Amino acid sequence: MPKLIIDGNEHDVPDGITLIQACGLVGVEIPRFCFHERLSIAGNCRMCLVEVVGMPKPIASCAMSVSDLRPSPDGTPPTINTKSETTRRAQEGTMEFLLVNHPLDCPICDQGGECDLQDQAMAYGFNAGRFKDNKRAVEDKYLGPLIKTAMTRCIHCTRCVRFMTEVAGVPELGLIGRGEDAEITSYLEHGLHSNLSANVVDLCPVGALTSKPYAFQARPWELTKTPSIDIMDAVGSAIRVDSRGKEVLRILPRINDAVNEEWISDKARHVWDGLRSQRLDRPYIRKDGKLSPCSWDEAIAAIAERVKGADGAKFGAIAGDLAAAEEMFALKTLADQLGSPNIDCRQDGSKFDPGLGRATYLFNTSINRIEEADAVLLVGSDPRVEAPVLNSRIRKRWKQLDGKLPVGLIGSDVDLTYPYVRLGAGPETLADIANGKHDFAKTLTEAKKPMVILGPPAMARPDGYEILSLAAKVATGVGALDDGWNGFNILHAAAARVAGLDLGFVPGKNGLGTTDMIAAAGRGDLDVLYLLGADEIDMSALGETFVIYQGSHGDNGAHRADVILPGAAYTEKESTYANTEGRVQMTARAIFPPGDAREDWSIVKAVSDAIGKSLPFGTLQELRGKMYASAPQLAQLDTFGAAQESSVAKMAEHAAKPSDEPFGIAIDDYYLTNAIARASAIMASLSAMGADAEKATGTDG
Amino acid sequence: MLQDQDRIFKNLYGLHGWQLPAARARGAWDGTKDIIARGHDAIIEEVKASGLRGRGGAGFPTGLKWSFMPKDDPRPSYLAVNADESEPGTCKDREIMRHDPHLLIEGAMLAAFAMRAHVAYIYIRGEFIAEREILEAAVAEAYEARLVGKNNLNGWDFDVYVHHGAGAYICGEETAMLESLEGKKGQPRLKPPFPANCGLYGAPTTVNNVETIASVPDIMRRGASWFAGLGKPNNTGTKLYCISGHVNEPCTVEEEMGIPLRELLEKYAGGVRGGWDNLLSVIPGGSSVPCLTAQECDDVTMDFDALKALGSGLGTAGIIVMDKSTDIIRAISRISYFYKHESCGQCTPCREGTGWMWRVLERMADGNAQRHEIDMLFEVTKQVEGHTICALGDAAAWPIQGLIKNFRHIIEERIDARATEPLSPSVPEAAE
Amino acid sequence: MSVRRLAAEQPDDFVFTPENLEWAQATVQKYPEGRQASAVIPLLWRAQVQNGGWVSEPALRYVAEMLGMAYIRVYEIVTFYTMFNLQPVGRYYVQVCGTTPCMLNGSEDLKEACRKHIGPKDTVSDDGKFSWTEVECLGACVNAPMVQINKYYYEDLTEESLGKIIERLRKGESVPPGPQDGRQGCAPKSGPNTLIDSSIYGADKSGPEPGYAGTSDSKAKMPGPY
Repeated sequence: MPKLIIDGNEHDVPDGITLIQACGLVGVEIPRFCFHERLSIAGNCRMCLVEVVGMPKPIASCAMSVSDLRPSPDGTPPTINTKSETTRRAQEGTMEFLLVNHPLDCPICDQGGECDLQDQAMAYGFNAGRFKDNKRAVEDKYLGPLIKTAMTRCIHCTRCVRFMTEVAGVPELGLIGRGEDAEITSYLEHGLHSNLSANVVDLCPVGALTSKPYAFQARPWELTKTPSIDIMDAVGSAIRVDSRGKEVLRILPRINDAVNEEWISDKARHVWDGLRSQRLDRPYIRKDGKLSPCSWDEAIAAIAERVKGADGAKFGAIAGDLAAAEEMFALKTLADQLGSPNIDCRQDGSKFDPGLGRATYLFNTSINRIEEADAVLLVGSDPRVEAPVLNSRIRKRWKQLDGKLPVGLIGSDVDLTYPYVRLGAGPETLADIANGKHDFAKTLTEAKKPMVILGPPAMARPDGYEILSLAAKVATGVGALDDGWNGFNILHAAAARVAGLDLGFVPGKNGLGTTDMIAAAGRGDLDVLYLLGADEIDMSALGETFVIYQGSHGDNGAHRADVILPGAAYTEKESTYANTEGRVQMTARAIFPPGDAREDWSIVKAVSDAIGKSLPFGTLQELRGKMYASAPQLAQLDTFGAAQESSVAKMAEHAAKPSDEPFGIAIDDYYLTNAIARASAIMASLSAMGADAEKATGTDG
Repeated sequence: MLQDQDRIFKNLYGLHGWQLPAARARGAWDGTKDIIARGHDAIIEEVKASGLRGRGGAGFPTGLKWSFMPKDDPRPSYLAVNADESEPGTCKDREIMRHDPHLLIEGAMLAAFAMRAHVAYIYIRGEFIAEREILEAAVAEAYEARLVGKNNLNGWDFDVYVHHGAGAYICGEETAMLESLEGKKGQPRLKPPFPANCGLYGAPTTVNNVETIASVPDIMRRGASWFAGLGKPNNTGTKLYCISGHVNEPCTVEEEMGIPLRELLEKYAGGVRGGWDNLLSVIPGGSSVPCLTAQECDDVTMDFDALKALGSGLGTAGIIVMDKSTDIIRAISRISYFYKHESCGQCTPCREGTGWMWRVLERMADGNAQRHEIDMLFEVTKQVEGHTICALGDAAAWPIQGLIKNFRHIIEERIDARATEPLSPSVPEAAE
Repeated sequence: MSVRRLAAEQPDDFVFTPENLEWAQATVQKYPEGRQASAVIPLLWRAQVQNGGWVSEPALRYVAEMLGMAYIRVYEIVTFYTMFNLQPVGRYYVQVCGTTPCMLNGSEDLKEACRKHIGPKDTVSDDGKFSWTEVECLGACVNAPMVQINKYYYEDLTEESLGKIIERLRKGESVPPGPQDGRQGCAPKSGPNTLIDSSIYGADKSGPEPGYAGTSDSKAKMPGPY
C-alpha cells in the first residue's frame, strides 16, 4: 500500500486509486465537477487541482493515480497539500473561470439549493468576479420530455456525455464545436433514446440539465425526503421519494452498490405523476351496470353478501405485479380461511413452483456478481426493457472485459447496449445447448463463471416449466453451479413476483391458477374473483363473475370490477418486496393515500371481519410476525442470501420436452407496463417518443 | 556561418526536384540498409550522442525520448510524425514535405526501426493539401522502389501512411494528435500515461516533429560528432529558422543553432525594415513564446538555453519581427484571438480564459480599459498557465505576459490617451 | 471559432462516387482492424470535396455509417475541425490568413480586396463563384500575406494582386499558385543566399518543378475542382 502525506498526516492508501479518492478516504474533501467514480476520468474541469510537493505545477487529483507518484529522493512519501496557497490559488482560479460565463440566474434555477457550483463557489471561490465583458449565451437544446436544458449554465464537465456513452450505452450526447463555443447536444436535438437517460440530470453538477417535469415545482429544502424502494421492475432500485404535503414531487436514486449503484430507470424516476391521476380515492360499487361511489361499509357489505357462506372452491384471488408481501399474505390467509385453493400471483401465467426451492425462481448470481461473469446466455429475455439498470450491469461487465464478454441470445431480436450473438428463436436451440450440440455450449463450458438468464417470455407459456428445467439442465451441464457460483438466473419483470412465490401465493391442492381461474370465470364456475391490483389479465373473459378489485388506480381491473376497494400505492405504505435476486426490501410511506384509500392489508382484514372469517392479526406487526413464520426468508431485510443450488439441479432432471414455439417479447411498451405508469402523462409522452411520434422541435437542425 | 555542405535541407527552396531520383542524387536513401544493420540501440545511441533536441518546440532530447519506448512489448509500437505545423510564424516543415519528402520518409524508417516500430503515421495538417499530395507521391515512390513496405531492400518491415487533419492547431499537441488519428476530436489526453506507454490505439507510441525526423538520416550518415560539432553545447546542430514580419526579405533558412539573432536577420533576411534601430520587438520562437525587446535582440543567440534565460524560448524558431510601426497590443491581441479560436474547449482555464484574455486585450488595444486591468490581466494569464491539461494554456498566456512585462508603458499610454475622451462602453467585435 | 451549425437546407442524399468509394475502402485499410474510425477525417474531407466544398447532413450520416460510428461522434468531428464547411461555399473559396505574421504584412488589405471583389465575409457571391472567410495561421508565414484558394496557396500578395487573381478566376483564366511576386518558394525575394554551392547537389541535375512549387500534378496551375 502506497504511503502519502496528505496535509501533513501520513496515510496508507490502497494501490491504484486516484489522489482525489485517497483524500476522500482520509476525510479530506477536494472540490470536483467532472470527476465521478462511476464514469471514466475526464480531468477537464480542473477544480481538483492540488499541490504535490516537487511537481512544477498543481496536478488534477482526479486523474493522478497514487501509484504514479514517487517518494522524494530522501524517502519522504509523496506529499499533497490540499490547503496550501498553491492549491487555493489554482482552485480559486478555476472557479473564477467557471463563473466567467455562468449566468447569475440562481434565483430562477431549479438546481438552486443542490448545486455543486453554488456550494463550491462558496467554499473555494473568490469573493467577487473580475470579468467585466459580456457573458456567453448558449442556445438551449431539446433532449426529450424528461430533460430541461439551460445550456448557458453548462460548465462542460461532460459527465452527461460520458454517462450516455459508457453506462447507458446509447451514444447520443456529445460536445460539439470547440473552445468557448463548445456545446453539449444530441444529434440534431433528437430526444435521448435510453430508458436511463434522466440520470444525466442527477449527474449534471449545475443547472444546465434539470428535470423537465419537475421544473419550478419546489426547492429542495422544502421537500420531505423518504428513502424507499422502486417497484417499477423487479430490480428493487433504491430510491428517495421527495414529497411536499400530499404530493410526491420527484423520485431520485439512492446509492445501493449491490443493486442499482446510483442509477434508476426513467420509469422509476418519472412515474410520480401517475401517482396523482386516475387514483381510486373512494370505494365504488356497481349498481345497474354502472360504478358509483359508495362508503366503505356499503362496499364491504356488498362483498360480504356475496362471499359469506359461499363455496371456497368458487372463490379465486389473483395478485398483481405491484402487490406487496403483506397484502398478499393477508389475502392468502383469507383464501385459506375460505377454504379456497384458487390463488395465484403469476398473472402472466408463468410456471414457477415455489415448492421446488427458491433457487428455481431467483436471479441467483446476484446483480452485483454480474461483474464476475465471463459468459452470458439470455433465454427469451430483453434485459434492457425488463430491467434497465440490471442491463447496465451486464454492459459494465462487457466494458470491464474490453468487449470480450460473449453474450448469446435465444429469442426475439432485441436492441441491447452491448453486442450479442442471436443463437436461435426458441426452445430447440436451448435444447441443442443443453445437449452440447451447439457451439455456444462450448463457450459456456469454457467460461469460469457463466450465467444463464431467463426472461419472462421463456416462462410465461404453457410449457414454461419444461423450458425452466431445460435451462436448468444447461446451467448444470456447463458448470454454472459450482463452488459458490450459481449462474442460473430468473429475471422477473414484476416487483411482486418473488415475494408472492416466497409466500406460496400459488394454487393449492386442486386449486386453479390464473389461466384456469379466468376460464372458470368465463364458464360461470367461479363466483367471486378477488383481484389484488391485477390489471394485466383479460378482463373481458371473466363472464358474470363477481369481481372485487383492490388497488390504487382506475385501470383495467377497476373497469371490470363490481366492487372497488381503494388501496395505497407503494409510496403510501410501508411494505415488503423481494426483488428478482430474492433480496427483501421495504418501501416507506412518503405521503398518505388519497381520499378514503387505505393500506391494502387492512382492507383485506376489514373484508375478513365482515364475512366472519377474521384474519388472525390486528396490526401490521402481528401480520408480519405470522408472515415471517410462514416465509422466514422475508425477514432477512436488505441481504442477499444464496439459495440452495441443489433445487436447480433437481429441476434439471425433469425430462419433458417443450414445444418449438419461439420466444416472444415480454414487454410491448416499456413505459406502460403497470397501472401507475399508464396513469402517467410523462410515461405516455416517453412512449410516444419511443414510437418515433416525437421529433426534434424548437431550435434549428 | 554554416557552410552549404553542412546543410541538411539542400532543396529547401525547391530549386531541384523532390522526386526519388533527385533526392537520391542529393544523398537520400544512401546506405540506409547499412545504418539499419547497426541495430536498434546503435541508432538511439548515435542520436543521443548528436545532442539532437526535438524541433517541434519543446526541445526534448530526441534519443532520450526514443529510449523510453518499451523493448519487449507484445503490443505493436508506432511512430507518429507530427506534421501538423500550425504555430504562427512557423513554416519549415512545409518546405521539407514539399521539397525534400524523402528525407522525412527515410528518417521515419530509421526512427521507427530504432524504436522497433513497423508502422509510422505522418499526420499532416489539413490545409497543406498540395504538400500532402507530394508527400503521398513520395511515399508511393518509396514503396515502388521497395525502400519501404514489407520485405523491402532495407531489411526492416516498415509501413508509412500519410494521414491528415482538418483545421485544428491543437492537433499539433502530441496526445491531441493521437486522438485525432484515432478518429476523435483533437482533445489532449491526460498524462500520465505517456504515449511511450499508452499512445496510439493504446500501444507504445513516439511522436516526433518533421524536422527532427528528417534530420536523422544525415546524423546517421555523417555521424553524431558532425552534428554535435555544429551549434553550441546542449544546443547542437542546424535548425530551420523562419523569418517573417517586418524584415526586408522574409525567408526560411537553415543555420547553426546558437547563431546571433541580429546576424540571422541581417545576413539572410535583408535586415529589419527601416534599419536595426527601427526594431520594436521580436517573437523568437513562434507565437507562443513571449516577445523580446529590441535591446534584448541586440545580442541574443538563437538557441534553447539563451532564449530561456531571457524568459522566452526557441520554440519552433519561427521568428516574427515587428518594427516600430507595429501596434504591439493589437499584434499580441491577434495572437490571443488565435489561441481563443484554437482552444479545444476541454478544460476550464483555457476554454474560459482565452476568450477573457482576448477580450481584455482588444479593449486595451483601443485604450478602452483601466490601468488596474493590466495587473488583473497578468494575473489571469497566471491562472491559465500551468493549470490546463496541455500546453495550449501556457502558450496563450506567455505572449500576453511578454507584452505586459516588456511593453506595459505602451498599454498605459493608450489607456491614458483614451481616458481623456469620454468613455463609451464598447463591445469587442469578434474577429471573424 | 464561432458556433457552428449544419446548413438549414440540405440535400436528400449523399453517396460516394464509385472512384471515391474505392478510395475510401482503401483508405480504411491504412488503419488496424477495428480502428476504421481513424479514417473519419479523410473520408469526410473527400465527401466535402465531392459535395462542392461543404459537408451535408446526409454526407455526415453516410460517413458515420460507413465507419460504424455514432452520428453524434461524427457531428462532433465536423463541428470541431474548422476545415469542414457546414454551409455551402463558392466555387472558389478564398481563405485569408489573418493571424499575426500575415496581419503584420497586410492581411487587412487582403480582406479589403475580398470585400471589394467578392462581397461580405462568409457569403457566396451571386454568381456562386466566390466566397471568402478569414482563417487562422496557414503556415506560410515567410510568404505573408497569403490566401488559400481551394487547394492552393497564393502567397506574397497585395490588395491589388489578390484583386487581380479574383478577377482572373472570375473570367475562367488559370492563375498559377505560389508566390505572386516572383519569389522562389521561401527563399529571399532577391534570390537564395544559401544553398548556392552547386557541388552539394552532386549528381542531382534536376531543376525546379514546373507548376505550383513542384506539385505532383504539373498541370495543376489553377484551383482545381474543389
